[in-house]
Amino acid sequence: MSIDRDNSRYRIFSRRVALLGALQAAGLGALVSRLYYLQVVESDKYTTLAEDNRINVRLLAPVRGQITDRLGVPLAINEQNFRALAVRESAGNLEEVLNHLAGLVPLSEADLKRTLRDASRRPAFMPVTVRENLTWDEVSTLELAAPELPGISIDEGQLRYYPYSDAFAHIVGYVGKVSESELDGDPVLALPGFRIGKSGIERFHDQELRGEAGRKRMEVNALGRVIREIDRDPGKPGSEIKLTLDANLQQFATQRLAQERSAASVVMDAVNGDVYALVSSPSFDPNVFTRGITADTWEDLLSNPASPLTNKAIAGQYAPGSTFKPMVLLAGLESGIIDESFTVFCPGHYDLGDHRFHCWKRGGHGTVGTAESLEHSCDVFYYELSRRVGIDRIAAMARRFGFDSPSGIDLPGERPGTIPDRDWKRANFNKPWTQGETLNAAIGQGYVLSTPLQLAVMAARLALGREVKPHLTLSVDDVPAVRGDFPLMGIKAENLAVVHRGMGLVVNSPIGTAYRARIQQKGMEMAGKTGSAQVRRITMAERATGVISNDDLPWNQRDHALFIAFAPFDNPRYACATIVEHGGGGGAVAGPICRDLLLDCQQRDPAGIRSV
Amino acid sequence: MYRHIDSSEPTFSLGLKLRLLNWGLVFLVTLISGIGAALLYSAAGGNLQPWAIRQITRFGIGFVLMLMLAMVDIRVFLRYAYILHGIAIFLLVVVEVKGKIGMGAQRWIDLGVFQLQPSELAKITLVLALARYFHGLTYEQVGKPLVLLPPLAMIFIPVGLVLLQPNLGTATILTLVGGSLMLMSGVRLWKFLIIIVAGVSALPVLWEFMHDYQKQRVYTFLDPERDPLGAGYNIMQSKIAFGSGGLIGQGFMNGSQSQLRFLPEKETDFIFTLLGEEFGLIGTLFVLGLFLLVLIYGFAIALSARMQFSRLVAGGITINIFFYIFINVAMVTGIIPVVGIPMPLVSYGGTAMLTTMIATGILLSVSIHREVKVPRVFSSDSL
Repeated sequence: MSIDRDNSRYRIFSRRVALLGALQAAGLGALVSRLYYLQVVESDKYTTLAEDNRINVRLLAPVRGQITDRLGVPLAINEQNFRALAVRESAGNLEEVLNHLAGLVPLSEADLKRTLRDASRRPAFMPVTVRENLTWDEVSTLELAAPELPGISIDEGQLRYYPYSDAFAHIVGYVGKVSESELDGDPVLALPGFRIGKSGIERFHDQELRGEAGRKRMEVNALGRVIREIDRDPGKPGSEIKLTLDANLQQFATQRLAQERSAASVVMDAVNGDVYALVSSPSFDPNVFTRGITADTWEDLLSNPASPLTNKAIAGQYAPGSTFKPMVLLAGLESGIIDESFTVFCPGHYDLGDHRFHCWKRGGHGTVGTAESLEHSCDVFYYELSRRVGIDRIAAMARRFGFDSPSGIDLPGERPGTIPDRDWKRANFNKPWTQGETLNAAIGQGYVLSTPLQLAVMAARLALGREVKPHLTLSVDDVPAVRGDFPLMGIKAENLAVVHRGMGLVVNSPIGTAYRARIQQKGMEMAGKTGSAQVRRITMAERATGVISNDDLPWNQRDHALFIAFAPFDNPRYACATIVEHGGGGGAVAGPICRDLLLDCQQRDPAGIRSV
Repeated sequence: MYRHIDSSEPTFSLGLKLRLLNWGLVFLVTLISGIGAALLYSAAGGNLQPWAIRQITRFGIGFVLMLMLAMVDIRVFLRYAYILHGIAIFLLVVVEVKGKIGMGAQRWIDLGVFQLQPSELAKITLVLALARYFHGLTYEQVGKPLVLLPPLAMIFIPVGLVLLQPNLGTATILTLVGGSLMLMSGVRLWKFLIIIVAGVSALPVLWEFMHDYQKQRVYTFLDPERDPLGAGYNIMQSKIAFGSGGLIGQGFMNGSQSQLRFLPEKETDFIFTLLGEEFGLIGTLFVLGLFLLVLIYGFAIALSARMQFSRLVAGGITINIFFYIFINVAMVTGIIPVVGIPMPLVSYGGTAMLTTMIATGILLSVSIHREVKVPRVFSSDSL
């Protein structure tokens, strides 16, 4: 062995160790700079990410706001809802526990299967709903049996409840589970079991009623298990909505309309537009929707020919019939084409070219003046008047009274109706307007369509000549809703007085068309106008042999009965419109309903005119 | 200066050996293991169970083994170097065959407290075998290309077997350790350059042979956000933990990433991340500093040894420890793909602890027997 040779090996070894040492130093340097980068330079970013990991924000469903009538009578409230929850991990054998539970309280096979499925899909510590709407008895049964039911707990939630059942269903509406298309970015909508307004005020004011979700910040681990609660923000409960309705009047109206197969009524204030009652009959029980409607109930509601799910007061469009005549009269008076002294001789028919238009009274009315034309609802008078005035003036007047566009009431689903004129005919049928169509429109038939609410608005505007608009919201959380100070429409007082006189005669003259529907209480007398709208075409042959009486027709071919009214006659304040589908004569069927509603309304006097 | 010991003296007394023991290195190893146990205590949410207590037990056993190996004369390692490497390769074949037959990918032999992974053992025996081979070569001989064939076989037979397992991390370390040993032995630098160039050009071929999960790891490494819930999850969570640790850390047992189980494998491969989260940059630099001291001790021992075998063994073992630390830290901080290399002495796991303690024991033996010299050419029976 040579010392020199070993020395050279040692020299090389040392050099190479130095080289490796340098490489290692570089490697460690890289690690240190990487750690510096992660732990100092990027620290803030990663700290935020770590917080995101650690903290799970859970939303707390806000309590939905109440809906009340104008006096604070609750119309939509929240009830306690007891739910049985199951936690898989504490249950041991969940199926066994559920079977035991099914022996204590009713539990459908479907509920059982759904619970097991839900439980198997979620982490073992997450509660799943077994059954909702437990009664007190069921709750106490389960509480007693708690030792035999590991993993089962009772949870208290909120359920929407409508104490008046069907009386307010079309106005207040109902809530239901959030559908995919209703997700508007509010995170609270994603909460399991959260309900959203589906119709009526519940839908119109959903944002206010919903409130703001609270937040519970919790520390969770990687599996989502809650370690502890960090803090909570209770959120903001939904606003309380006070409606302009009078619950008693509404209930009375509901019962009154229930005497007919299918009807709708509106009672409103002619000064401030408050709607006191708005009824569409038949109605439905909104509570079945919040609890989960059965297929049978749903089928029944859909197949009912009186369409209980539709709010006919705002979404039903009907030919207004003779209730439209005040528009024609006003169009004539306001345009100056006629004056108060204008008369028409009615022989019972009116010839236009080779077509003969009939008055409802076969024998004719003789000479008819302006106010009398309303009193007797003489068709011939209006045939002649409308021919002079022309459809465009009639249509313009009708639009000033609120026809042909939604009233803007705070409810979803309102329809606009139709007022035809020359432009409308051309736009829709590409045909010129005919005089015959003017005559038909003049008696509220043909293309003219309106909703009962529009008729009520017309009645209110006729009553005071103010451009009143209807609304249902009185206040939100005691902050009064903005109610317009409605301006005068600019109808000449003397012209309005002619209409008033005529409408007064309709009910208060023994020969008026609705004398039977008059209000006899002193100071509460009303003025009104009848209407009967044909829903079928009367053929020449039938007219020759005699028009078949309504009573002999099947229900769905009978005329619609209509009536508009306001009261008190000498100091108008309350306006009302009623339609009874296929009810027959307006004076005999719809008139008494308006009478009863306006009488009840004046006795309750929500506007407070009698105490003054 | 070195304490002079007569090299003709064949054996040392036990007392002398204990006096010559590098107590500084022993202390460092104990300190690092203690930190490891504390981190495992934190990883278990403030419990000795299930990791810390078992790791301490393993350290105790490993500690005794280390001291026993330190007492073994370096000439014994020289004598049995080839045989030990042969045994390691044999065991690698055994687990490979067993794994193939048993369908299960069990790559270890159960020894009760420890599970012996032949691939871990091979890291040490490779160092011993290469050191013995190059001990017998002069600098001039090392320059001859054909002479390098046997050491390449010593490296690539176990590397091939480990790759079959497949264990990319260990294969990489074996290759790097073997290469480093050849470098320290005086193999000409230009030959390494050729190898490196050849290796880089062979990467596409290697890529073809890689398993899907290994390719996935590379993809994930290149872009952890690509799949934040899948393969990229680990590295993303690890970076979040380091970053949220900041300069001084969130405090012992207060690391939200680790304590709330966002950080996977926090007790094994990712324990350095837990350290980083709870003790911050100060903690990570401290532990890296301790390992740097171990490396300095190791190379000092290598440089102080009087014969080539001892130098190469000490150098090889030290570089082995370096690669462990470097790859682990680089992996958990996202510099390199996740290859499944634990942090020596700190990560939970018997095999890594056992390997490290054996390696340290041999390093200590070199230290004690640094004055021992065996001729370049010798007969095994003469040892």
